[in-house]
Amino acid sequence: MVLIIPVLRVPEECMKEAVIFIDNERCDFCGTCVGVCPADAIELTESTISVDKKRCTLCRECVDICPLGIPEVLE
Amino acid sequence: MKNRYDVIVVGAGPGGSWAAKHAAERGVSVLLLEKDREVGSPVRCAEGVSEKGIKEVVTLKDQWIAQTIRGGRVISPGNIVVEAYPDEKGYILHRKLFDADLAAMASQSGAEVVTKAYVHGLLKKNDAVTGVKVLHMGREYQVSGSVVIGADGVESRVGRWAGIETRTPPEKMASCVQMVLSNMDIASDMVEFYFGSQVVPGGYLWVFPKGPRTANVGLGISGFYSKHQKPILYLKKFIEARFPKASVLSLVAGGVPTMPTLKTIVGNGWMLVGDAARQANPLTGGGIVNAMIAGRIAGRVAAEAVLAGDVSSKRLSPYPKEWHTLEGKNNERSYKIKKVVDRLSDTDLDNAAQTLLDIPPEKRTALRLFKTVLFKHPKLILEASKVFV
Repeated sequence: MVLIIPVLRVPEECMKEAVIFIDNERCDFCGTCVGVCPADAIELTESTISVDKKRCTLCRECVDICPLGIPEVLE
Repeated sequence: MKNRYDVIVVGAGPGGSWAAKHAAERGVSVLLLEKDREVGSPVRCAEGVSEKGIKEVVTLKDQWIAQTIRGGRVISPGNIVVEAYPDEKGYILHRKLFDADLAAMASQSGAEVVTKAYVHGLLKKNDAVTGVKVLHMGREYQVSGSVVIGADGVESRVGRWAGIETRTPPEKMASCVQMVLSNMDIASDMVEFYFGSQVVPGGYLWVFPKGPRTANVGLGISGFYSKHQKPILYLKKFIEARFPKASVLSLVAGGVPTMPTLKTIVGNGWMLVGDAARQANPLTGGGIVNAMIAGRIAGRVAAEAVLAGDVSSKRLSPYPKEWHTLEGKNNERSYKIKKVVDRLSDTDLDNAAQTLLDIPPEKRTALRLFKTVLFKHPKLILEASKVFV
């Protein structure tokens, strides 16, 4: 008997589909998440914050530490 | 902004301004960069200092003092209130004015202060840091410096860019939120500290008066707990219960590293100061005086290194050594005490508070309280021995 295992090709952009989203409208720009980020993936200026998707490992430590609960994982 | 300075300081908080001032006083050229448009704002701080602490680093100006504090109250989980009136006074500062004046003092010593200057990378040559990349008013600058001092706060990246691990694990970070409240019934010369797993698990809540009927009310909890419920929710719940009539004048979030100083705080051509070096007291979270002590040493050592023509990590190493002697050792002890406090249950804290009531208020110093509590509660000695031995 021959067993056929189907091999699915997953497009690269779908491999890591979740992202950390930090809402700039609600963020206080305090930088606590930057201090705990193991991947140095968060860029904070005076009044903007962004997550570098390429560096982010989705460890969620920014989600856990935020005093206000702003970062979220978008699947 | 010129192309080259002897010393570049990143961040104009108390640590950065003090480093800049003490370097400039020795005749070297100093650039002090601040990412925000205004030094001293927003105020991410409870603003409390002890008289002894602040006088050790600067001559106090009256206009910096929002409120003089003559005592404190600790409120245990079961609402046992312990009052203490230590020998020394405390002050709640106007950090906005304080920080602005410290930066002004740095500039009057010869440092060039530039605001709206965001440092987004370092210039490096081999394994040495040789300057900074700055974004200022929409333009990109590369500024060379013999020594770069990272005083860039809890969000510091200078150390990471220089090549060391500065990242703080969440359980060693206090996740904090604070509101300035007005229209509250409080004694304006007493600070209050609340403890307990329901109000503020793995941390404490403070009420620091800034004048009659107004105060900084905030709390910090470790990342271990902020994962489950956010500090802002704990604070709102407390304020609704304790100060239902108060108005909220401002809200700030923030993080305080609660750990001993980083093992490495200097390298070839760079140094870290203040929260960037994790130098706040891990037990109290107090960081103003510590940052200024560190800034004073770092600024002096950086200038001496420049004047000697050698900015290697070895030449800069008197800074970590002196820091360790002056405050670093104390922080290590505070960290151990914090680990004991973290192990205490609400019942332990209530028992401790009950014991403290037996000591006359004028004799309630922190160390005495700690010793008495340990002596009266053998279980706590066991907990302490797990940490200290």
